[in-house]
Amino acid sequence: MKLIYEKSQPGRRAGRPPRPAGLAAAEVPPELARSDPPRLPELAEPDLMRHFTELSTRNFGIDTGFYPLGSCTMKHNPRINERLAALPGFRDLHPHQEEDGAQGALRLCWELQEVLAEITGLDAVSLQPAAGSQGELTGLLLMRAHFAERGEGEQRRKVVIPDTAHGTNPASVTMAGYELTPVKTDPRGNIDVEDLRGKVDEHTAGLMLTNPSTLGLFDENIEEIAAIFHRVGALMYYDGANLNAVCGISRPGDMGFDIVHINLHKTFSQPHGGGGPGGGPIAVGKRLEPFLPVPAIVRDGKRFRLDYDRPQTIGKVRGFLGPFGVFVRSYAFIKAYGPRLREMSAVAVLNANYLLARLRDAYELPYDRLCMHEFVLSARTLKREHGVTATDVAKRLMDYGFHPPTVYFPLVVPEALMIEPTETEAKETLDEFADAMIAIAREAAEDPELAKSAPHGRAVGRLDEVKAVKRVVVRYLFDEHPDLSAEPAAAGVVEAPKGV
Amino acid sequence: MSYLALTDADLEAMLETIGVSTVEELFADLPAGVRLGRELDLAPAMSEQELNAYFETLAAENLHVGAELSFLGAGMYDHYVPAIVDAVLQRGEFLTAYTPYQPELSQGVLQAIFEYQTAICELTGMDVSNASGYDGTTVAADACFIAKHATGRSKVVVTEATNPQVRQVVKTYAPGFGLEVVEVPHRDGATDPDELREAATDAACVIFQHPNFFGVLEAAPDLAAAANDAEALPVAHVDPLSLGVLQAPGNYGCAIAIGEGQAAGNYLSYGGPHYGFLAARSEFIRRMPGRIVGETTDAEGNRGYVLTLQTREQHIRREKATSNITTNQTLLALAGLVYLSWLGPEGLHEVGETCMALAEHAKERLGLPLAFPERPTFKEFAVRVGRPAHEVVQSARECGIQPGYVLGRDYPGLDDVLLVALTEKRTPEEIDRLAEVLAA
Repeated sequence: MKLIYEKSQPGRRAGRPPRPAGLAAAEVPPELARSDPPRLPELAEPDLMRHFTELSTRNFGIDTGFYPLGSCTMKHNPRINERLAALPGFRDLHPHQEEDGAQGALRLCWELQEVLAEITGLDAVSLQPAAGSQGELTGLLLMRAHFAERGEGEQRRKVVIPDTAHGTNPASVTMAGYELTPVKTDPRGNIDVEDLRGKVDEHTAGLMLTNPSTLGLFDENIEEIAAIFHRVGALMYYDGANLNAVCGISRPGDMGFDIVHINLHKTFSQPHGGGGPGGGPIAVGKRLEPFLPVPAIVRDGKRFRLDYDRPQTIGKVRGFLGPFGVFVRSYAFIKAYGPRLREMSAVAVLNANYLLARLRDAYELPYDRLCMHEFVLSARTLKREHGVTATDVAKRLMDYGFHPPTVYFPLVVPEALMIEPTETEAKETLDEFADAMIAIAREAAEDPELAKSAPHGRAVGRLDEVKAVKRVVVRYLFDEHPDLSAEPAAAGVVEAPKGV
Repeated sequence: MSYLALTDADLEAMLETIGVSTVEELFADLPAGVRLGRELDLAPAMSEQELNAYFETLAAENLHVGAELSFLGAGMYDHYVPAIVDAVLQRGEFLTAYTPYQPELSQGVLQAIFEYQTAICELTGMDVSNASGYDGTTVAADACFIAKHATGRSKVVVTEATNPQVRQVVKTYAPGFGLEVVEVPHRDGATDPDELREAATDAACVIFQHPNFFGVLEAAPDLAAAANDAEALPVAHVDPLSLGVLQAPGNYGCAIAIGEGQAAGNYLSYGGPHYGFLAARSEFIRRMPGRIVGETTDAEGNRGYVLTLQTREQHIRREKATSNITTNQTLLALAGLVYLSWLGPEGLHEVGETCMALAEHAKERLGLPLAFPERPTFKEFAVRVGRPAHEVVQSARECGIQPGYVLGRDYPGLDDVLLVALTEKRTPEEIDRLAEVLAA
């Protein structure tokens, strides 16, 4: 398919901004004026619409089909939420509008804060972080502020993270200026408590933990773990990527966590838009509240206002109050369930366990327990016996009409396939997926080439990711654009995490 | 209401396959002490119709830019968003996709991002762009990260005439990065290049906004030269809608160009979600935070697109990554691409010119003293209103006009100054109304 720039013709155009009659032209000082115009696309509107429609047909979303991308919680995105976010009172509201002209928006934010506090079992919420990873950074900056206030800022430099963690956790630790202390996973898939004990002391700032973990397992020793950290004055951070498993069933605050981030684009159904937007509110216990980002959204009787008078705040992590349109969608999603969020999580766990039961004989199951909202299989045996890797299984699933699960993650499982069906899939869909997975395992023995050459009949075949790294082409170069098909393929296969 | 498909018959069959008799048994691993043991204290579930009514009530309590005649800007602008943007963004294949980890099923998003990266490079005159950042504030922190590692220096300079929220976010990120932040004051609404040169000694980068927060056109080439003299990376924070009429930062010596993308194709949405853009000279590509899409081929030689240079990123490099970013703002960046494609180079130039012409017309028509009379401006300008600006805002709003932003919120001493923004959506008649209200 051609790039939009390759469809461009000089002089063609779609939009024509109005120009009021009789308005005198304004002059840009010559030394500041644009010399060469940007080479933006020049197309008429019909061809623009066709271009983007054709692109959309080369993409797979939850609307297209089953999308069991582990740890990403790809559930149905209700369309009512889109309609509500597009109400002019929300969509066309200027963020600098005076408080009296934004009472509905402020009330919505305040109510969302309240429900997130109830769901997480904590006291105070900031909606500001733009995504889960920014929530992590914000949480770690809160830790820094907390210990600085206690005069322990220099002393507490270490943050403990298990080897099953998302890559964002260690990356956030570095961005916050902390040092990483890794901790192992035990044979049941819990944190190795013996390993942990030797690593937590008065130099520890805290723990970052996803619970249930990226193995889809609830840490059975969570109370003991919390006690180990709290005993030395350290804090507990909850990565909310897997909150979809436990809403209304178990709350991070009750597990002993002091700081939580919530991925609104996972648990609370903000559509992920091919990579964003997201939302990463954080909830904290009372003692961390003074450090939260400004402004705080507070209620005075019937009025809502922004409070900047927070002398101990860490500052701002993003513009304004955060991604407000995301709040509208996620709050509408939460209100559609109310207390029945418990049922949402219960069905997510039921669906995952059903798929696990159907697949446990066809693939290797490294941690043989009941799972929570997701589970991790290994294609190690298929690879050893038939040369069929996790990537091959993933690509072959496309031939069956499914989006693949997350692969090669978590890192502790070789040839990992991390499967999260979510609560919104019907049993028939789960059965069709299980049938496909079982068929692929069978095919691997009978005709391994089927998987190794997959996908078939898609817009493109398997792409040469190594070539893309060696020969970096990251924009269209017009007359000088290279013809990469004339250049040799690069050797090597990328077996890196895809998902999460 | 419910978004679940489960029937009683399904439940029974599934429990049997799993080998348990109740759903409760699936939670056996949860210690008793951490179970909630009660219902969540939330209002009862609403039907779709009830949701619709409830959120309409909330929305009705907000005075949006269609309900008041608005001259508010200060970083977020009421530009026109064409219908084609809505149409493309509501395509479920884009809207409901995750990050494009599996390229064979994601060519639509990947090619769109590649086209977006190209558009941003064209606008800014840079070699490489990432797939978007969270907003126009966080991309400034990203630029600081690049500069710190490229120069080995630990000071960053930001002009005081840069958006206050951008400066606040840089200061929040700075301690974690091990950076010290120095601000250079404005002189009559603009930055003095000599003062900037002095501050830039031993700095990793110099961030300046152009047009700046007051709408003033900085002597941008001189500011970039001042930074280059000190071997600090010049970082220009620019308005995408200015780049049809204003020179591209890459053409006056900048190393990095960043900005808030909202004005180009995104609704105001009370501050988000929007997208930030981050573009740089090619030598910085391996230090860039965020996703980057690259071109490649499949085994048959067909052209295709993939997420590339991923060894910069958290899911591979973990604690050694250039950033923790995973989610970015793809859908909003796609809106930016659709918008810029709809305008084309001619349209972008026309929008910029019209905004600027309207602003000049408004300066004249309002007849109020300019706060910075010597300075050329783009689509926004600062006027002295002769009394506390917040009082003027209050009385104008009683007449249905939101006249602008109170600069004293961020700049002590400018309490009588109002920042007035003009987009192509405003008309000379509306400017007349503003003039009447401000004269009253």
